[in-house]
Amino acid sequence: MATTQDTREHIIVPGPAGFHPPSAAQMGVALPDPGQGLYYGLLEPNEEVVIEEMARKMLTSPNATIFPGPLLLWAWNDHAVEKAKATLEIAAQIPEVMIIPMPDYRPKYPKIDPEEVINPNHPNLTIWGNKIEAAIFIGVHCHYANLTLKMIRAGTNCCTMAICAEQGHEDAMLTIRDSDTEKLKRVAQIFKRVREEMGIKLPENGENVRFTGTQSKVHGGQTHTNPMAFAPVPGGAGSAAMFGHSADQMKREG
Amino acid sequence: MSEVKTTPPGETAAAVVTQKQDPHEAAKTQKVVTPEYMFLEAPRTKEFITGSEAAKEAIRRSNVDLAVAYPITPQSETMQLVGVLYGEGYVKEYYRGEEEVGVMAAIAGGSRAGVRCYTATAGPGTLRGLEGIASWPGHRLPAVAMFTCRVVNAPLAIQPDNIEVAYLLNCGMIVFHAENQQDMFDFTMAGFIISEKNDVTLPVGVCCDGFFVTHARGYVRMQDRGIKLPPREPWRGAVPVLDAENPPARLSRDAPVQKSNFMAYNIHAVWQQEVWAAVERSRKYINKYMGGLLTAENVEGADAIIVASGSAAAQSREAVRLCKEKGLKVGLIKVRSLRPFPTQELRALCGNAKLIVVPEFNYVGWLAKEVATAIYGYSKAKIIGGPRVYGGQSMPVELILDEIESGLTGKKSTNVAMSQVMGGSVNPDDVAQFMRSI
Repeated sequence: MATTQDTREHIIVPGPAGFHPPSAAQMGVALPDPGQGLYYGLLEPNEEVVIEEMARKMLTSPNATIFPGPLLLWAWNDHAVEKAKATLEIAAQIPEVMIIPMPDYRPKYPKIDPEEVINPNHPNLTIWGNKIEAAIFIGVHCHYANLTLKMIRAGTNCCTMAICAEQGHEDAMLTIRDSDTEKLKRVAQIFKRVREEMGIKLPENGENVRFTGTQSKVHGGQTHTNPMAFAPVPGGAGSAAMFGHSADQMKREG
Repeated sequence: MSEVKTTPPGETAAAVVTQKQDPHEAAKTQKVVTPEYMFLEAPRTKEFITGSEAAKEAIRRSNVDLAVAYPITPQSETMQLVGVLYGEGYVKEYYRGEEEVGVMAAIAGGSRAGVRCYTATAGPGTLRGLEGIASWPGHRLPAVAMFTCRVVNAPLAIQPDNIEVAYLLNCGMIVFHAENQQDMFDFTMAGFIISEKNDVTLPVGVCCDGFFVTHARGYVRMQDRGIKLPPREPWRGAVPVLDAENPPARLSRDAPVQKSNFMAYNIHAVWQQEVWAAVERSRKYINKYMGGLLTAENVEGADAIIVASGSAAAQSREAVRLCKEKGLKVGLIKVRSLRPFPTQELRALCGNAKLIVVPEFNYVGWLAKEVATAIYGYSKAKIIGGPRVYGGQSMPVELILDEIESGLTGKKSTNVAMSQVMGGSVNPDDVAQFMRSI
């Protein structure tokens, strides 16, 4: 779907791009200025165009997934909690969406459970394991997001999207920048509008988030949940426990 | 009352008496301003100072948290002057390390903890600390380090020679090359801000040619000492800072280098790509805060262009003046940023030149190789990788002049080997003569 006047060929597209393709920066892709976005490697002056394309991809791709990172997963402060809630508002607009956390950045050995977490050192395992073809990264520190995005573009066919609180990410197919709580809420509204324009309905019970197999086991066999029923609150280790990480677990991992 | 640390060289007894009243008084009243105001708008006044003093004045205005020193000529005076700033309260922490390995590790620790760090070293000190320095970019550690270049190879000497830049170019850090005292001042201050940009989050090396810049005086236009840059905002970095209070706190960046499998290799490869992508992202900030990766003088319509960095640029400027007196159209491109390298800019500026001369203060000619690689296919110019001086030699302007004249007229050079001439049309007989003579 043509959404810009730009007739140039898209630069950053779903892969697999190859064994070890050059980074987007090596190919001359530069980060957008405020209000702008990157649209498959091309500068898009209006970030709303990029958000609309994100919505279309998340609404139509198999196994669309949101990957929340530590910056909004760990309830460090009220700001993080507000952003987490706004992210759940985005999730609430995508039928059958999955939410798989990136709780930290340490490599997972001897092997990762792709239905539990995604990890920046081997993110392709989670993409392959769940056959994810569209994904939003949010709340991941920029360095680790960039590693993740490069590896996914190299080895998978996933369309990656980065909703960034800073300057955005060249290696994502779609990215916007300066995403504070207000912008996240606006993203949710745009997702809602696009979904309605496409005639896609949400389940009446509000349970549109699909659990992975591991998440389903943790939740007693339940297959879906209502993201708006989730209530993140500040509280350090206590809130971390809500995401399945107990204080004991963290002590062991530390 | 705080203890008086040292009496700064050249300061009057009256100034010391004032310090005794409250040595931190002036530092406490410094006002934070935006980088945009500091670099682009703030009024400046001119002073005639050494390069080390210029670095000191840059640090005074840069809101530095931690400076770690270890003496080595010709940098010793610079860090001693930064120590004076500590005594005056402009730098929050300062100490002398055990040696350069320890200094660079301390800078890594300070930067990872989230504070603004500064150090300086030179020659053998650079190489001794290089393991640590080369690890900074991968750990995404913002900091500014000054390298006052000098001889590193045996038989040892302390004299100017910028061979150490060749080692720094491939670390993944941002590298500037200061021509003079003004550059030392400007590049150091801008370095902190560029280094700490979220999409950069890399160390910055500010190189200069030792003695020529550190110990000589030049005019430096400086902002009022009552203003300073905003503090580092570590929470905005591309990586989490060390946070020992909250789990998960980690001391390393968790690269799985200890594993021998494709995934481990892959993440390390991608990690390196990301470091160099961050170097690329610094371009826009160098353009914004420093006015560009290079400066060009008289390049339009020039038959010959000298491409130089550091002190070689100063000598080249005089060569350009002499060429003008002789009726030769010669321009000068001064490369200020070596990493990132101004590839696109050089291609645009050198496209029509017949001759490019690259004078350097080192044997290997690292700048000539960079220039030739950058403009390959974009210019038909003959590239003379020289003249080169090293081991402490100064560079007579006439050496540069000779290369321009011989390059334009076809006269043989006595100072530059055939192997240092690239591009253009090379006479096979000359090459054969060269091969016979070595």
